[in-house]
Amino acid sequence: MVDYFIPTTLIDTLEFINNNEAKIISGATDLMVQRKKGAEITPYFTKKPVFVFNIKELNFIKESYEHIHIGACTPVSDLLNHKGTPSLLRKSIEVMASPALRNLATLPGNIINASPAGDTLPILYILDASVKIETLNSNRIVKVKDVITGPRRTILNSNEMITEVIVPKEEFTKSDFVKVGGRKADAISKISFTYAVKIKENKIIDLRLAFGAVGPVIIRKEELEEKYTNIELSKFKELKQEIINDYRQYITPINDQRSNKEYRKKVALNLLGDFIDTL
Amino acid sequence: MSKITFILNNKVVSTTQHPTVRLIDVLREEFDYTGVKEGCGEGECGACSVLLNDRLVNSCLVPLGTVHDQKIMTIEGLSETPQGKLLIESYSKEGAVQCGFCTPGMLMASHSLLNEIPNPTDLEIKIGLSGNLCRCTGYNMIVNAVRRASKEGVGLW
Ligand SMILES: Cc1cc2nc3c(=O)[nH]c(=O)nc-3n(C[C@H](O)[C@H](O)[C@H](O)COP(=O)(O)OP(=O)(O)OC[C@H]3O[C@@H](n4cnc5c(N)ncnc54)[C@H](O)[C@@H]3O)c2cc1C
Ligand code: FES
Ligand code: FES
Repeated sequence: MVDYFIPTTLIDTLEFINNNEAKIISGATDLMVQRKKGAEITPYFTKKPVFVFNIKELNFIKESYEHIHIGACTPVSDLLNHKGTPSLLRKSIEVMASPALRNLATLPGNIINASPAGDTLPILYILDASVKIETLNSNRIVKVKDVITGPRRTILNSNEMITEVIVPKEEFTKSDFVKVGGRKADAISKISFTYAVKIKENKIIDLRLAFGAVGPVIIRKEELEEKYTNIELSKFKELKQEIINDYRQYITPINDQRSNKEYRKKVALNLLGDFIDTL
Repeated sequence: MSKITFILNNKVVSTTQHPTVRLIDVLREEFDYTGVKEGCGEGECGACSVLLNDRLVNSCLVPLGTVHDQKIMTIEGLSETPQGKLLIESYSKEGAVQCGFCTPGMLMASHSLLNEIPNPTDLEIKIGLSGNLCRCTGYNMIVNAVRRASKEGVGLW
């Protein structure tokens, strides 16, 4: 009986996950820690593991005129070395743990792990990134924000694999990713705030805001972004309190938090306030 | 029984262990490369650092399945190379080794850093070693050792 698979091609992988109850293992940085039962004990998988990390055809960074295409098994460290990597994405990868971890971690792993504290997620949400999801017989392109449905929950079926992450190239007047709290390991104590704004002739023409680790999923509210778009910068600043109030209801640090929810909510909203003040 | 084959310190080896077994366990127990240390077992201390296809990784996070047909180098392999020898000498000249538990991982990370940036600034050295914890030295001597190796090893990396 074959109880695992180490494919060298995508087609073999898709066939295997189509015909077996399988579990994709990419960089394994999340899986090895989560499945570990104790030090020096073999991680235990209930489904047949498929080791995809070394599939060459899924390791690439390609640029088209409007997008950057990142192969599913490209370690995030390659994005740090690639000069066309969007600056926000680069920033979120720079704060991910250590060089050794970044040589294993992949974007699809970060997405499917679906932690509200996943560092690349707010960036992928803000940049309107998509993933290409393939099965043996079909493929579809889905926005990252529509892939994740809750903490550790995604729309991915067991016969499906992410093969590519597609990030639109955008130039913003101002953008930043701010991560508060422990640098690594202590993911649940983190709060992150990401913004990207386009300003033209003193008018906000594109506004995108995302909060990480203060709710079950990344918080990005496009209806609110639209509400505050196409207004003068000075007017936008005057609306500070209203904007904060609009976001307040969505900032809901998860229930099983042991850290102080009130504090985290306050910090998140302060980051929003600071952003408005200094824009 | 299916086998996993890989290149370990320049030699082709194979094992019948299950691919979900951690690389660190296979390296230490089956191949006796005990220079690979286990500190945290969860990717945070760097004591288990090895090179996978010339890139630094934590062998406690790598399942055996990931290394099939790939290339692994441990501290035992590195210490046979001119780069490894120079690094070891620099560490000892700078007093960068105390209890020595972190040292194999530090050396792997130092080598990997110099591979990428042959002439790093102090900040780049600190970032390069940021995944490796040391409880003894306070890090300054380690940074000095890497700087020394970089200076004395012009052309090696
Ligand atoms: C010490 C340590 C520090 C960390 N620090 C950070 C940090 O600072 N910030 C952060 O965001 N994360 C951090 N992480 C978490 C982790 O490294 C990231 O989430 C990483 O991006 C996961 O990628 P991976 O390839 O290793 O995923 P894996 O562990 O291989 O997989 C994770 C999940 O994704 C699925 N999956 C992977 N690839 C695919 C694919 N192509 N198609 C479909 N499903 C797929 C797997 O089946 C699994 O469910 C850390 C982890 C460790 C151990
Ligand atoms: S033992 Fe692997 S990083 Fe600590
Ligand atoms: S020398 Fe003891 S841990 Fe570094």
